[in-house]
Amino acid sequence: MDFGLSEEQELLQQSARDFLARECPTALVRELMRSEDGYARGFHEKLAAMGWTGLIIPDSFGGLGLSMLDLAVLSEEMGRVVMPGPFFSSSVLAALSLIYGGASALKKEWLPRIAAGEAVATLAFIEESDRLDGDGIVARASKTRTGYRLNGVKMFVLDAAAADFLVVAARSRGQGESGICLFLVPRDTPGMSVQPLYNVDQTRRPYEVVLRNVDVPASARVADETKGWKILSRVIDAACVVLAADSLGGAQRALEMAVEYSKVREQFGRPIGSFQAVKHICAEMVSEIEPARSLVWYAAYAYDNETRGAARAASMAKARLSDVYARSTNRAVQIHGGIGFTWEHDMHLWFKRAKWNEAAFGDATYHRERLANLAGF
Amino acid sequence: MDLSFTPEQEAFRRQVRMWIKANLPVRERDAQPLEQGDPKRIQAMKEWQRKLYDAGYVAMGWPKECGGHDADVVQQSIVNEELLLARAPGLIGMMGIQMVGPTLMKFGSEAQRRDYLPRMLTAEDIWCQGYSEPGSGSDLASLKTRAQLVGDEFVVNGQKVWTSNAQYADWMFCLVRTDPEAPKHKGISYLLIDMRSPGITVRPLIQMTGDPGFNEVFFEDVRVPRENLVGELHQGWKVANATLAHERNMLGSTTRTQQMFNGLLRLAQSRGRYGRPAADDPAIRQRLADLMIRVEAMKYHAFRQLTDTLKKRPPGIGASVNKLVSTELNHDIAALALEVMGSYGLLARHARHVVDRGTWPVEFMFTLGLVIGGGTSQIQKNIISERGLGMPR
Repeated sequence: MDFGLSEEQELLQQSARDFLARECPTALVRELMRSEDGYARGFHEKLAAMGWTGLIIPDSFGGLGLSMLDLAVLSEEMGRVVMPGPFFSSSVLAALSLIYGGASALKKEWLPRIAAGEAVATLAFIEESDRLDGDGIVARASKTRTGYRLNGVKMFVLDAAAADFLVVAARSRGQGESGICLFLVPRDTPGMSVQPLYNVDQTRRPYEVVLRNVDVPASARVADETKGWKILSRVIDAACVVLAADSLGGAQRALEMAVEYSKVREQFGRPIGSFQAVKHICAEMVSEIEPARSLVWYAAYAYDNETRGAARAASMAKARLSDVYARSTNRAVQIHGGIGFTWEHDMHLWFKRAKWNEAAFGDATYHRERLANLAGF
Repeated sequence: MDLSFTPEQEAFRRQVRMWIKANLPVRERDAQPLEQGDPKRIQAMKEWQRKLYDAGYVAMGWPKECGGHDADVVQQSIVNEELLLARAPGLIGMMGIQMVGPTLMKFGSEAQRRDYLPRMLTAEDIWCQGYSEPGSGSDLASLKTRAQLVGDEFVVNGQKVWTSNAQYADWMFCLVRTDPEAPKHKGISYLLIDMRSPGITVRPLIQMTGDPGFNEVFFEDVRVPRENLVGELHQGWKVANATLAHERNMLGSTTRTQQMFNGLLRLAQSRGRYGRPAADDPAIRQRLADLMIRVEAMKYHAFRQLTDTLKKRPPGIGASVNKLVSTELNHDIAALALEVMGSYGLLARHARHVVDRGTWPVEFMFTLGLVIGGGTSQIQKNIISERGLGMPR
């Protein structure tokens, strides 16, 4: 029985915290919020130099080959600083899709480049219906003489403008979970257009991707009809764990900012942190965040070590942290009062990220129902 | 991270499970709290603790010279978990083992340890806690029960309240005011009082559940030998606080919460509610899932705290977070169970058509009592914000 981080993981946590405090201050976050594609190549290269863009990529493909728990530790730190950029879409979503699917030629070609931060990629999965199940995928993949022709519309594709390639989910036949394939499509492939969907949370960059008679060779198929959904659902579970960890870090930071502010802001001749109305709000944040941290660690552990418990744990963590992060930032804004409502103050960065993390990959209500099904209520 | 137990721990678990199977009579399972202080039940509960003690399963983590086994916290957790899974009755002497024992080990004299610790483990002595008073609840340090040192004895006058188990306890560990002139935290002493002393009157209070669980205890010129003082004179607040945050066995309490949730789930799956199984109602499913997530989070949180204990990390405000979260969670589980049962939820224990022997409405009330007792949720939030977050007083 050892439920905790290893020494190596604590080291990773500390070095990520130090690095991100130095390299990703809110000045950089705001600069990227204003930028065209939210992507700072220089910063991404620094992440790569730390090895983190290849954290979960096997060492045979140039990565560190670490576990989901390691990734959760890192993601928590990234959430602390509301880190923008394509790390999540590239080094988590696209990388895992390739690792789980992917002919070895595709892996050899792209995984080392993702790990090295030389290439950036993303996953195009959700469509206009915003559904997360197999039936949500109606984009067509028709067989051609040399490969496939893709037609359809993909929504909320993260960082598509910055990406060198997209992993696209499309249906070659059938319905539901069977008949779904994954394809690797370079962004400059003729017939594919990428339009920004301007997000309230500017640290995340979703796009609409329209595929009109996009021809890809057979060698671009990452997963066939029998494997596509299996891989996607595994990647969705990973996304849930990573977003939960990001939310954990953000919630913790919101708590810390609220507490710091309450110690210096004075009203009625004393710090507002001396009032029980304020203290109790902060104590409630602690009492939600601390058990949630254990849940996130467990979900990450289960992802790597449990076959039946992994999906359940991912849903539990995503549901809980969606709620906890949103509530924590709400409370933190409240404690800051008027200044917390301004654009100038940083609090809204976390407040908005919480809402994005909540909505992305299924909100709390969705995951509670999923859990109810998985647990056989 | 590794959530598995070692082969030795697994073997130990099997051994405990077999022992319980052989030694816990079926009629003793699911035993209700000590209703009405029935002397026969009290005797049976004492015998049960004695049996467990003889098997080596009580206070395993205590040092050998105090009657324990120097065992690590995992072993005691395994025992507690297995006892709960077997729906074994709780230990009648728990208050002594959890509160007085650790205090005496830290502050007690040689003679106190020798005289009280062994009898506490064997349930020969049952202890009750004399803390709250009518005017001193959350503001415990304002307590007024007076103890005057006269020669070699303290003379105690005053009143305690909400004293669980006082109707059959042999001893009370009690906070008394020994220096009324000093600031309130600095004039308190920690005394061990024989409940059979002349001048003590115990008056049962009936709880909202209808059961007599706690009492008022009146002291009228009660004489307590000076050697029953624990720690130094006027240092009682320090003595009491050192063990207030004493390691709580979290695995035990989360197992209990899990069992309660499983009971709720069975209920939701088996009972119709307005024309369909309760668990098919989307709103109920949402709340069931939310509770399950909170229960599971506390389970893994307990694993984390267990690991921290093994690594000898300071517990910080963990005990307060546990108390705050678990008691409210337990109450929420019972509340949903009542809702799932609809009109049947409020049927009393002996009513016709009663569900689950009427335990749920009792749980619903009893768990609210736990939200209040041992420091209310609001007091826990003060502790978390002031000691944990360093917020100004």
